[in-house]
Amino acid sequence: MSVTTKRGRVGRIALNVFAGFGFIYLFLPIAFIVAFSFNQPKGKFNIVWQRFTLENWTDPFSDTALTDAFVTSLKIAAVSTLIATFLGSMIAIALSRYRFRGSAAYNFLLVLPLTTPEIVLGSSLATLFLGQSMVDFGFGTIVIAHAMFQVSFVALTVRARIRGFDWTLEQAAQDLGASPVRTFWKVTFPLILPGISAASLLAFALSLDDFIITFFNAGSTLTFPLRIFGASRVELPPQINVLASVILVVTVSIMAVGSLLGQRRRRRLGQTA
Amino acid sequence: MTAPVVSRVGSLTRVSSERAGLLSLVLVGVALLSVGARWVSGTIAVLILVLAALVVVGWITLAVLGSPETKRALAPYGLLKPGSMWLAMFYLAPLWTLLTSSLSAKKTRFDVFPTFSWEFSNYGKAFSDFGPQFGRAFLYAGIATFITILIGYPIAYVIAFRCGKYRNILLGLVVIPFFTSYLIRTIAWTSILADSGPVVNILNSLSLTGVLESLNIMDNGKLINTPAAVIGGLTYNFLPFMILPIYVSLEKIDVRLVDAAQDLYSSAARAFRKIVVPLSVPGVFAGTLLTFIPAAGDFVNAQFLGNPNTTMIGNSIQDQFLRQNNYPVASAMSFVLMAIITVLVIVYSRFFGTADLA
Repeated sequence: MSVTTKRGRVGRIALNVFAGFGFIYLFLPIAFIVAFSFNQPKGKFNIVWQRFTLENWTDPFSDTALTDAFVTSLKIAAVSTLIATFLGSMIAIALSRYRFRGSAAYNFLLVLPLTTPEIVLGSSLATLFLGQSMVDFGFGTIVIAHAMFQVSFVALTVRARIRGFDWTLEQAAQDLGASPVRTFWKVTFPLILPGISAASLLAFALSLDDFIITFFNAGSTLTFPLRIFGASRVELPPQINVLASVILVVTVSIMAVGSLLGQRRRRRLGQTA
Repeated sequence: MTAPVVSRVGSLTRVSSERAGLLSLVLVGVALLSVGARWVSGTIAVLILVLAALVVVGWITLAVLGSPETKRALAPYGLLKPGSMWLAMFYLAPLWTLLTSSLSAKKTRFDVFPTFSWEFSNYGKAFSDFGPQFGRAFLYAGIATFITILIGYPIAYVIAFRCGKYRNILLGLVVIPFFTSYLIRTIAWTSILADSGPVVNILNSLSLTGVLESLNIMDNGKLINTPAAVIGGLTYNFLPFMILPIYVSLEKIDVRLVDAAQDLYSSAARAFRKIVVPLSVPGVFAGTLLTFIPAAGDFVNAQFLGNPNTTMIGNSIQDQFLRQNNYPVASAMSFVLMAIITVLVIVYSRFFGTADLA
């Protein structure tokens, strides 16, 4: 890339400008969401800009129905992520640790739920529950629905993260007299933990934000997205924007801290190596 | 260690225990699937569940008491078992109940749950009553996917090749929109595209509305509640799903290949076309699937950004299922949607296929 013609330079700049506009496009709605949390809407719908106010932020949790729904969402995400992380990590370890009959078919089975449209997943699961007389739609069915697609997601993510894992380390530990159980907890687990925790964090976020599958399996239980959807016919209070902004700031900070810690960890490991 | 010796002696038990492991895995999966899908019921269902439980117990006993070789051969199946049972029960069995529900009919109007009766007319209804919705779903999803490639590829390219150490920060920026709810992001577009919103104002002051109206993008000076708004919403919501896989495949490209081509007097454009594009095909392939499939089944964008004439098949399924409680026809539509997408994916992967989707 040593020779840069004038035409090439113009092209480069044009490409960078285009990408810049792409980022503006990505962030335009985010900027609007945050900006409209400071809006004082006329009427019930916070859609048109009226004037600046800090009122909405003085009590972010004043819309109790919305806050309750958010707490429900957090509970559901916690339970379903726990189930999915457990099942998915076991699948991922089995697939990357061992060569065995049927593993190709199993990979295919794992990808399937992720290539099925959400509306098909949601409606098919609802037909399963509809036929069982002892099943009531609600918290339990939402947890099952979320964990269903999270399992595939966790398994594939963890498998991708531990693809380069050196399994001979286990043999080394056992050669030095460690029992299989001790080997797992002292050698294997700490090394694959970053992959598992990253996958479960993403799965948690997926559960928190899932709308379509939840919609079919919720009964009368309201999660955060369901509450927003239900309310959106009659009102859109600015508290929605306030809560969304809070969630955004919290998750971005978690991500930033996480990546900083990861960098430091990598640097430390690099030094000892 | 004695492991190699044992493995030679135990190769016979290894093969047979591997078979036993695979067989028990399949057996337990089928057992749960058959109960979930209501192929069996009552006493037989209980018996089958007991059998499945016995297989699991037997497997655990073998794994605890067996020789190290047996343990090793059985380990993967043991690790897979809980997850497989979960997927059999809550992914495969529902697909079956969806199929049976799509072939059922309500005997009377007040039946809560329809009974199975080979009712193929549900499929006829799905096509005759909701043909336009199917058409729009695939049209809008197709256009949106095409636009995400046009926008996403240059962004991924700039992040991969022009940003040096800021790469990771920019990648983080691409994911940040995911941290606000999908619904809220879509609702935000209703503010942005509103009649008194900034986009319409800017277009008015540049007097571009006429041009856009003749291109059928705007309708009577409105941007919201048009097909273009629905497609724009789909494009926006799934753009990161296109950028990330393209970035992953671009990042793997050895830049020296491009340098080598230019040293050999290839023009920059030709080097891009002959080296970068072919090597990034897997990313575009994965991105297309990740964008097109959810977009085709989406109903949120059409709900908030569209009008009654832009409803997609997702809106109809949701409406028939949850509001009209017309489970048979809704199930038929769901099943057809899945079938069409599966066929499209198979055909598509024949042409551009890579084995690795994940």
